[in-house]
Amino acid sequence: MSNFKEFSKGLIKENPTLVGLLGMCPTLAITTQASNGLGMGLATTFVLICSNLMISLLKNVIPKAVKLPCYIVIIAGFVTLVEFLLHGYLPGLYDALGTFLSLITVNCIILGRAEMFASKNKVLPSVLDGLGMGLGFTLSLFTMGSFREILGAGKWMGITLSEEIQPMTIFIMPAGGFFVLGCIIAAVNKLKGQKPPEKIGCSGCPNASICAGKGECEK
Amino acid sequence: MKTVFTLMITAILTDNIVLSKFMGICPFLGVSKKLSSSLGMGAAVIFVMACATLVTYPVYALILEPNNLTYLRTVAFILIIALFVQLVEIILKKVMPPLYKALGVYLPLITTNCAVLGVTLQNIDNGFSFGYAILNSVFVGMAFTLALILFSGVRSRLETADIPATFKGVPSTLIAASIVSVSFMAFSGLMS
Repeated sequence: MSNFKEFSKGLIKENPTLVGLLGMCPTLAITTQASNGLGMGLATTFVLICSNLMISLLKNVIPKAVKLPCYIVIIAGFVTLVEFLLHGYLPGLYDALGTFLSLITVNCIILGRAEMFASKNKVLPSVLDGLGMGLGFTLSLFTMGSFREILGAGKWMGITLSEEIQPMTIFIMPAGGFFVLGCIIAAVNKLKGQKPPEKIGCSGCPNASICAGKGECEK
Repeated sequence: MKTVFTLMITAILTDNIVLSKFMGICPFLGVSKKLSSSLGMGAAVIFVMACATLVTYPVYALILEPNNLTYLRTVAFILIIALFVQLVEIILKKVMPPLYKALGVYLPLITTNCAVLGVTLQNIDNGFSFGYAILNSVFVGMAFTLALILFSGVRSRLETADIPATFKGVPSTLIAASIVSVSFMAFSGLMS
């Protein structure tokens, strides 16, 4: 039961993007199409599961003083693997994601989960946590991508929905990304009946231990 | 090859790293509350971006490329940036305490700032020469600073605005960022 909880918490209750406000850069940048959102989400999920697995296995080996560089190298290794796989099997998606594929390395969700969860827990819960968080991330990217593609291009997953309605191009432009994400976070908060987050906060930030709130995310 | 002027205009106005390329959103939303912290973060980012390119570019051109190891660049670059940021912190602490005091807090936050890794990768992808790569990094850092400074002004007005309860906090900040981004879209005509 508790293992199932580790998996399910990431989907909605502690959704990394919409509730934890992590991994904003890919959320905004590659969600111009629902299919790209899905691809990015699944690639990140793969890296997240593998890095959580590795780091929870190695948690007693990695010295405290250099843990951040160690985590980053493990993560970057898996990112390179994903780059190879996508380049070989899905070249279209590889081109669409571009630099952001390499930038999965610095996605704060992955480092955040490594620091907050995998380095303190056993292997199985860590893998399930990675799977749940990854799917939660995928879900929010897919939702963002669907909204932006339908409103901004009049399509969904590449299928044209209507020839007559003129799409609002602003939604697939950068400005539309900020707008849609703002509205989705507000909607999620309304549905959960919670007050919206006032600040980005340090929970989940991999740098929290170094910066101790001095970066003013908290104030 | 672009001239230095067009490089500057492209980096700062038309292809602003934060508002149209979506890199470095976390510090953009997290550290832009006050003008002073925006300036501190911006200065630290310019410094680290220029220094990171100074190291990553030769490593790519002299070590990875001749040995057909270009696929290792993500691993190599992020490791260089992570180690480099810690090194800079130690050196600044010893050699230039006033500068360390000004930038100190913001330096560790930069390791996981995707803008820094993004810029070093883009310099390679765009095929810039060494000099252009350094200049481009400085300009992109300036673009980041500009976005942070502008946005800190917008946010200080947001603090006192009367916003519906559901939109208070992060949602309204994102929508304000969207409007700032619209204003930057106007510059895209400059480079046609």
